[in-house]
Amino acid sequence: MDYAYYPGCSLESTGIEFHASTKAVAKELGINLIEIPDWNCCGASSAHARGHWISLALPARNMAIAEAAGLDVAIPCAACYARSKKVELEVTESEEAKEKIEEIIGRPYTGKSKARNLTEILHNDLGVDAIKAKVVKPLKGLKVLTYYGCLMSRPPEIACDDIEDPIMLDDIMTALGAEVLQWGFKTECCGGSLTACRPQVGLDMTKKIMDAAKKSGADCIVTACPMCHSNLDMRQDQLSKKYGAYNIPVYFVTEMMGVAMGMNPKDLCINRHFVEAESTLGKIGKTSEGGEA
Amino acid sequence: MLLNEKQIQNEELNKEFLRRSGVDVSKCYQCGKCSAGCPVGDHMDIPTNKVMRLAQMGLIEDAMKSSAIWLCATCSTCTTRCPKGVDVARVMETLRIMAKEHGYVAEKNVDKFHSVWMTIVGTMGRMYEPGLIVGRNFSTGKILQDTQYGVPYIAKQKLKLVPYKCKNMDEIKSLIAKAEAMDREERGNK
Amino acid sequence: MERVGVFICHCGSNIGAVVDCARVAEAVRNYPGVAYSTDYKYMCSEPGQEMIQNAIKEHNLNRVVVASCSPRMHEKTFRACVEKVGMNPYMFEMANIREHCSWVHAGKNEEATEKAIDLVKMAVSKVCKNEVLQKGHAPVTKRALVVGGGIAGIQCALDIANNGYQVDILERTPSIGGKMSQIDKTFPTIDCSACILTPKMVEASSHPNIKLITFAELEKVEGYVGNFDVTIRSKARSVDMSKCTGCGTCMTKCPGKADDEFNMKLRKRTAIYTPFPQAIPNKPVIDRESCLKFKSRKEGKDVCGICAKMCPAGAIDYEQEDELFVEKYGAIVMATGYEQFDHSVYGEYGYGKYPDVISGLHFERLVNASGPTQGHIVRPSDHKEPKTVVMVKCVGSRDPEHGKSYCSRTCCMYTAKQATMIRDHCPDTKVYVFYMDVRTPGKLYDEFYNRTREEYGVDYIRGRVSKIYQEGEQLIVKGEDTLLGQQVEIAADLVILANAMIPNPDSEKMAQTVGIGYDKDGWFTESHPKLGPVETHTAGVFLAGACQGPKDIPDSVAQAGAAAVKVCALLSKDQLETEPTVSVVDTKLCSGCGLCVPVCPYKAITLETIQERKGGKTVERQVANVNSSLCQGCGACTVTCRSGSANLKHFTNAQILAEVDALCQTMQ
Repeated sequence: MDYAYYPGCSLESTGIEFHASTKAVAKELGINLIEIPDWNCCGASSAHARGHWISLALPARNMAIAEAAGLDVAIPCAACYARSKKVELEVTESEEAKEKIEEIIGRPYTGKSKARNLTEILHNDLGVDAIKAKVVKPLKGLKVLTYYGCLMSRPPEIACDDIEDPIMLDDIMTALGAEVLQWGFKTECCGGSLTACRPQVGLDMTKKIMDAAKKSGADCIVTACPMCHSNLDMRQDQLSKKYGAYNIPVYFVTEMMGVAMGMNPKDLCINRHFVEAESTLGKIGKTSEGGEA
Repeated sequence: MLLNEKQIQNEELNKEFLRRSGVDVSKCYQCGKCSAGCPVGDHMDIPTNKVMRLAQMGLIEDAMKSSAIWLCATCSTCTTRCPKGVDVARVMETLRIMAKEHGYVAEKNVDKFHSVWMTIVGTMGRMYEPGLIVGRNFSTGKILQDTQYGVPYIAKQKLKLVPYKCKNMDEIKSLIAKAEAMDREERGNK
Repeated sequence: MERVGVFICHCGSNIGAVVDCARVAEAVRNYPGVAYSTDYKYMCSEPGQEMIQNAIKEHNLNRVVVASCSPRMHEKTFRACVEKVGMNPYMFEMANIREHCSWVHAGKNEEATEKAIDLVKMAVSKVCKNEVLQKGHAPVTKRALVVGGGIAGIQCALDIANNGYQVDILERTPSIGGKMSQIDKTFPTIDCSACILTPKMVEASSHPNIKLITFAELEKVEGYVGNFDVTIRSKARSVDMSKCTGCGTCMTKCPGKADDEFNMKLRKRTAIYTPFPQAIPNKPVIDRESCLKFKSRKEGKDVCGICAKMCPAGAIDYEQEDELFVEKYGAIVMATGYEQFDHSVYGEYGYGKYPDVISGLHFERLVNASGPTQGHIVRPSDHKEPKTVVMVKCVGSRDPEHGKSYCSRTCCMYTAKQATMIRDHCPDTKVYVFYMDVRTPGKLYDEFYNRTREEYGVDYIRGRVSKIYQEGEQLIVKGEDTLLGQQVEIAADLVILANAMIPNPDSEKMAQTVGIGYDKDGWFTESHPKLGPVETHTAGVFLAGACQGPKDIPDSVAQAGAAAVKVCALLSKDQLETEPTVSVVDTKLCSGCGLCVPVCPYKAITLETIQERKGGKTVERQVANVNSSLCQGCGACTVTCRSGSANLKHFTNAQILAEVDALCQTMQ
């Protein structure tokens, strides 16, 4: 299974755990990720605040490079996925848009190369059974909340899962042996870049999600978006200072897969979280009464 | 001021708004479902359905002056659930773009964040987080914001201190210039 | 020798302000066939009609053209007018210079006048080729069929029966009663639904003129107004109705279990069952899907049979099969009612997965004394009394993206009713209603709504709900108070959705079976939205109740009465006049290709074999034959016919070509 790989800016820095675990897990599962040479930023949440064409042109260049190589693009970051999918749909649906975009980027891009969310590839192309087959350390006894955020399921035209009740992460976590709890915040927005430019607004949004997570009694949250991860993981200390203790580790789905496949948490960068995330893994295999599950 | 006079004053803006958004705002019947589900709703100066109402009444200037259009996180919950199939998020986005161009920026810090981001992408081709944080802090005057994370970030090796600069910067710069020109063109004519 | 009189109407200023009527009259005065031409302010008025009649006598006219409004408006008027002075009504033609000319070309007087002249010339050319036609007659079967045994069907049948005519009620389920039998109380008077319905059910079942055909479905409808042949499928009840006494012993020991549809699946019922205690007929049926015996038979075994052992009358008959039989009727009333919209399409409301998010009809069963909770309002999940109830209106209604575009008309009132009932039953329970608009245009309806807020203390919040999710034992309802401009969240114990009304899921199939129209949502289409609300486009088929569109009980009952009057008017005649404007086939030209047979929407065309002499021998060949009683004169066959042998009387190919010729001549 060959894919062009678009890690996006976050995975090289704040989302380094996602990058490391994605590469490790993909290798184990036989998914060949070929990084797009000299890729550029997709524009994230800023380009589309500035103009329609600039928001399409930035991701279009990456997609065009992948198309020249004849590959679909695997994109772990939900925001990068959403922006790239948008341009793919735009050129497929409108000949006029296609011509304009090709003119702007100076490369052919016909939409033949598809933007694929990494979770979607794991869930649909590879399948949960294939994942299950690689599990050597089932995540028994771990109560997890799945958190999808906005950009995997909205707006509807780019959705790669159910728009109101996505299930791909649930299926994968269940396959890994974890207990998936249900909550009403699967697709609630974490605040995105507002945490950076309007800290209090962003913090309030993060707080609502973390409050619900606390109430649920879950051990941890599992996500597939570096922006969501950054907001939920990094901002918990700010929340704690203002509103009392918050201490729920937030994992990338690929980190969890790596753990269940028997990889060393440090190789997956689990030691680099803000909320200490290694000790929670100690719960695996234990029942709530403390015995072996 | 008389409503009809105000609408006449907004006529050109309204035409521009309708052309650039491509959204039929007349379909909105003010049920409020967009506001109800908005994750930023309680921080907005006016709720989303009132932004829609202003757009529907052709009062674009008032809509552009709102902070709501800047606080919108483009999560698209509104668009997804709208019973009338109105792309509410696109309305917010178009108003935000227009507000910047016409000189109404109710949320300076949000705007500056986007500017710093686009400047870095325009220079490096990729995001450079330390640059983003420093750039944002200097432009907003909040010098210390988020600096508490600097040391842990570096300790956790989560920040690349030496930025990657795209090899093909000429191509990226030309791409940005062309796209911006096309956006400018769209603002003016048609 | 054709002597055509032409009369141009001004219709006040409707035509006169745009079309120069005097010029039109002048322009056709010397047109071939025209013997007299004039214009007048109101042709349909009494002096106008007298003017026509006098002209016919004075100028010895044998054909008349009136250029005025649409034939839908006044064709009848003018046909009667000419008939009074001895002219055959089919020697009259109408040129529509209002809807087709002055109204659509306002401000372009010159061009409109030219067009009016063309239209009149076309009508003159056609009328010259008109032939004398006579109306036909058909007998009437003095018995009606009402399809659907809900309140509309029952009321309609009673009204027809009380007028002295025989009427059958065809009901799909084992009992008549319909949705009204599931409802607890009725607005705005809060009288018990069963208390006012069951007497009508009993009256229908014991009426000498009414026959109930329950657990049966409409299979096929043939024939035409006054003479329908209806094939009915009587579904296998597995109980011999003639032996069963309705004692109910069979149901006491039945081990088969199924979801109780009557109680909205809030409890189980036995496999042999009557839907509810007051069911009519009060004789059970076996649901073969859940019966152990029938299930075991599918696996080659044959177990159970307890009901047969219990039955003292020996009425259980496992070998019964569906039966088809044909009945004759003069008129059909469709009263097939509605179903409730399924809210599981809404992901934001939990895709129907939360047990404590229920529909309005669920609530009716919950609050009903003979329902699964004996009338105690409790949550389905844990049977605790809810302390906070949130009601959400317009679920599926007024939602073109995810549901239906229309307003379901009844929800505002039934929500208000249910809110007051909760406050009555559980005075400590807080009730919130999310609404977009409150629409209460019925008698004493708005007063009821205001009492709900003012006296019962129900909080109405204007805004649609964006999301409902489970948190612990409670449901969090996220909405917006658009009047305050603030988001609101309510932790509710029970959420009641006011689900839209949708047509019976089989409505489109039924409409096709009966041959009537339906709209994009599946509601049956009335013949005119204002002036023909209970008629359909198919003569002899009428509509009653919610099958025509969302309706509450008072409106359904009123419409049922109206449909009954139409039925009685039809059945009171010994013979029906039939239009002579039907299709005929010239067998000399017909090649027997049969293309016209499937295009006929009234199944009026058949192929038949004729014998003819050819070259001294008798040969047989097939030709199309039109049953003039069935033919409605739509003309579909005439345009399909490749040999031109099918011709619609009064709209013959020659007549239409004459019109085209007239138009082409002026264009040259």
